[in-house]
Amino acid sequence: MTQTLLEIRDLHKRYGAVEVLKGVDCTMAQGEVISIIGSSGSGKTTMLRCINMLEEFQGGSIRIDGQEIGYETVGGVRKRKKEKEIARQRAMTGMAFQQFNLFPHMTAAKNIMLGLMKVRGMGRDEARSVAEKWLDRVGLLSRIDHYPGQLSGGQQQRVAIARAIAMNPKLMLFDEVTSALDPELVNEVLQVIKGLAEDGMSMLLVTHEMRFAYEVSTRVIFMNQGRIAEEGNPKDMFVKPQTERLAEFLKSSSFN
Amino acid sequence: MGYTLNFAAVWRSFDLLLEGLALSLGLAFAAILVGCLIGLVTAFGLVSKNPFLRKPAGLYVTVIRNTPILVLVLFSYFALPQLGVRLGKIESFVLTLAIYSGAYLAEVFRGGLLSVPPGQREAGLAIGLTEMQIRTSIILPLMLRNVLPSLSSTMISLFKDTSLAAAIAVPELTFEARKINVETFRVIETWIVASCLYVATCSALAALLRAVERRLIVPR
Ligand SMILES: Nc1ncnc2c1ncn2[C@@H]1O[C@H](COP(=O)(O)OP(=O)(O)O)[C@@H](O)[C@H]1O
Ligand SMILES: [Mg+2]
Repeated sequence: MTQTLLEIRDLHKRYGAVEVLKGVDCTMAQGEVISIIGSSGSGKTTMLRCINMLEEFQGGSIRIDGQEIGYETVGGVRKRKKEKEIARQRAMTGMAFQQFNLFPHMTAAKNIMLGLMKVRGMGRDEARSVAEKWLDRVGLLSRIDHYPGQLSGGQQQRVAIARAIAMNPKLMLFDEVTSALDPELVNEVLQVIKGLAEDGMSMLLVTHEMRFAYEVSTRVIFMNQGRIAEEGNPKDMFVKPQTERLAEFLKSSSFN
Repeated sequence: MGYTLNFAAVWRSFDLLLEGLALSLGLAFAAILVGCLIGLVTAFGLVSKNPFLRKPAGLYVTVIRNTPILVLVLFSYFALPQLGVRLGKIESFVLTLAIYSGAYLAEVFRGGLLSVPPGQREAGLAIGLTEMQIRTSIILPLMLRNVLPSLSSTMISLFKDTSLAAAIAVPELTFEARKINVETFRVIETWIVASCLYVATCSALAALLRAVERRLIVPR
């Protein structure tokens, strides 16, 4: 019996008057690798950002390991949790961004050590050895004292992934992490993610790499206009899509 | 014209000028230090989403930047005592210059804050840092690197503004020069020497700040 890790119930998100998530439900078990696909503007990024409270949401609930994320209901009134508590909850998830977002004034090692020291309370030496371990893991131990500006895009993204993973999150969120890369650098990043999947890391990944999604996912979610339009195992989804929208989307995408 | 320059009288009082210069530097240092704190807090106010922070910060910057500094200096020294706030000459001037520089530095820092991409804050949040930790470890160091060139020119003009303290008889460089001018009648020589001291000090300050800038450059 696998344990439920993430449980999203009837998630609603508005930007002003525009509703961009219109009731998303999703349950994810420990160790699952779920790819989220869908055309641009369908709400994939927004969904990930709600899970780690980079965005507020107006309705529904998100639970990780049974803990309600971001909000609590006291006496029938829904309230945002305290910032400290939200920061603690954010550390349960790790996130890799399309634009890497490494801290440019810190070396690869320092990028990774910052969270370990400030959030996990590690000492400098312990944090450094954890940074070494993860940089080795993404094949960049030799770049440990390089600044982001001295690394290629693919290398920066691998450091960024190492920075997130080093925090030992329960769940990793990847938002189109290869979209900003030159084509020849995409593969090195995908290989890192694949390795994490094989280690049993729970992951939600928004991607346009259909072939990759097909290979690594235990499940695929297709989003359309703020809703989950179809979901299933990758074989069924890619080979015999049930909805017209998904069939069209796959035809227009690079999967073949 | 037949005027021969003779610096002898000015040299005899050179120690006074140096003492004045030391005080000028002291005034500038104290005022800019306090001004940086005011400017930093105000800059965070200026970029805040909360109107209760943003509006007062904006009002402060607007009022101070649209008032001549000499008026502020005279106001603090002559008008504040009437309102029950009695300060010595030096305290009054340092306070005024601090408040004045705070408004200019706030604008400099504000620009620097806006130039830090929002993704930096989000990356910090994503690893579980609090807003305050993000400010101190990420936003401030990046902002500082962005603003150093304009910070350095602002600091130099603030240093030169210490000459206005002469208006309330604070014995800084300009005040001492005027005294020597009156006592020796060597008008041209006195002001040439005073100007040279200002130019030399400003150049040294600029070089110092450039060295700091170079040290902080991120390799790429
Ligand atoms: N900060 C924002 N303010 C207003 N609308 C936004 C903002 N961010 C995203 N949106 C809108 O929300 C919708 C979903 O965006 P997003 O989640 O980024 O889609 P995806 O990642 O699937 O391309 C889009 O229509 C987008 O225009
Ligand atoms: Mg997106």
